[in-house]
Amino acid sequence: MKDIIFAMALRNVRINLLRSILAAVGITIGIISIACMGMLGTNMTASVTDSLSAMADKLSVSPFSGKGGGGGGAPGMSSGSDNLTKSQYKSIVKIAGKYGYVYGLHSIRGKVKKGKDEWSTQIYGIEVSSMKTVLNNLTSGGYPSSDNSVLVGPSFARDNDLKIGSRFSIGNSGVKISGIIESRGMSMDMNTDSSVVMTKDMYESIFGAKDEYNQVNIVLNDINDAEAVSSEVDAQMNRREETVRVQDSSRMVSMISSSVTTITSFATLIASISLLVAAVSIFNIMMMSVTERIREIGVLRSIGTQKKEILRMFVYEATLIGVLGALLGMILSLIMGYLFILIMVGNTKHFFTYDSLIHLPYAMAIGLIICILSGLYPAWRGAQMDPIEALRAD
Amino acid sequence: MADEVVCLKHISKVYPLLSGDVIALDDLSLSIEKGEFVAIIGPSGSGKSTLLNQLGCLDVPTSGDLKIGGRSIALMSDYELTDLRLKTIGFIFQKFNLLPLLSAYENVEYPYTLKYRKKDTSGRVSKLLSLVGINEKLAKHKPSELSGGQQQRVAIARALVNNPKILLCDEPTGNLDSKTGVLVLNILRKLNEKGKTLIIVTHDPEIASQADRIITIRDGKIVEDGS
Repeated sequence: MKDIIFAMALRNVRINLLRSILAAVGITIGIISIACMGMLGTNMTASVTDSLSAMADKLSVSPFSGKGGGGGGAPGMSSGSDNLTKSQYKSIVKIAGKYGYVYGLHSIRGKVKKGKDEWSTQIYGIEVSSMKTVLNNLTSGGYPSSDNSVLVGPSFARDNDLKIGSRFSIGNSGVKISGIIESRGMSMDMNTDSSVVMTKDMYESIFGAKDEYNQVNIVLNDINDAEAVSSEVDAQMNRREETVRVQDSSRMVSMISSSVTTITSFATLIASISLLVAAVSIFNIMMMSVTERIREIGVLRSIGTQKKEILRMFVYEATLIGVLGALLGMILSLIMGYLFILIMVGNTKHFFTYDSLIHLPYAMAIGLIICILSGLYPAWRGAQMDPIEALRAD
Repeated sequence: MADEVVCLKHISKVYPLLSGDVIALDDLSLSIEKGEFVAIIGPSGSGKSTLLNQLGCLDVPTSGDLKIGGRSIALMSDYELTDLRLKTIGFIFQKFNLLPLLSAYENVEYPYTLKYRKKDTSGRVSKLLSLVGINEKLAKHKPSELSGGQQQRVAIARALVNNPKILLCDEPTGNLDSKTGVLVLNILRKLNEKGKTLIIVTHDPEIASQADRIITIRDGKIVEDGS
């Protein structure tokens, strides 16, 4: 049976098409903002997790600073004042040596000079053998063979217009670029992209701190050992007091994704204000629809239409507007979300995944429910109208 | 009396207002039998609209017993009253009151669909439309595309579709020119001749004169009841 009540609601939406579409657009905007925020959050988290898990096989041990465990920055950037002692280094090698490759790392923010330009940059010092193992991809050039040659990151070279063989100075020592490291992105162990990496000997001759590393990195053979190594180092070296801090990237991943989630939930909350605005406009439109049809309601009631059928008619109308808005919202969310994420995240690798697209039906359902809810009161008002009064209206 | 379709016993309707109660119907008793053609006349404010609303089950009396089609409506719920309007009463209004969203055919079919929960497949709607002189082509039009006389004829077909016990007309020719008014009235008279109970509320003595029985109301009371 084709429902006559539904047919009338449909016809009223069609007759007032412009008005219905305008009301639906409110819902559409709400859906787009909620869906886009949700999808952005998922894609951001997925993208961050992706780049972080590339180095999930790395652990880093740094001296305990006593400031508690909330440090957000990459450990490689910690200041050089606290160092690990030689014996601590040896203990770590003893504990973690059987799980993977262990190497010590000097790091400092130092002044770099080229001609009249002077700027500060991250400087690392590691053994040449470690360079060959850890920084095993050079875009060009080779590993330092002389006392004064260094490796630089790709951004460092590009930004300062340097190439293989270029010279600049660190402190009072002149250095020459022997190789350029391939881009490694953000990483636990070293952020080499805009840094200078020199040999341990050279670092110690410029900055001192002989055999006292800022950080010891462990490259695990098996990623599943992370927990074991971490707790073993903790158990043996922090027995009496906190002396070192072990960081593994899984903790960092969860930390970052939880802060991304917090930010996007907040953004979604703000985005949902637009749905509130839409609800007000739907409410208004439905009130108008009821008011201008008072007489029609009177006729419908007097010839035998039940209250709940009047109610149904207006709820259908609100639902139709909601469905219209939701479908429009879905299509536009897909398009705008895709572009938005392309711009904000830089890639859309995770866009067409379940976790990301699930935000669409969620947002659509929320939009539709809000639309129906804001149509309920006007519909109820219409249904409760006294047929005699309604018939008298013009 | 076995064939009473309308029976009012000591009906009163009081509208409580701040400035004092308004008595619209004052202890009014009335009985209408099946097949009668009754005209209810009276000046405005006499209570005839209130009486019409009672007869049409749009309102219930403050006191007294009111039976429509043998059923007492005083204690009925809104749902039951609405159901009674759908199945027992055919309304014909002064302003036609067709549903603007529906075509003439659908307007006639609407109460049928409400009652039987399905579309008309028996051809009843088409039959009624041709009975009142609306052809198939006109039946496809929306009310706004029809003349007043055509609209009122569609309204009559709509009132008849559920085979009501009573046809209740509120100034049925009030919005029509005299020529069309006569045509519409002729249709109504023919329906009465076929046995339909017809109650017309009007202030036009000319229309009233065509009825078998004229009831005059003043100040909520019947002051005259005769032919």
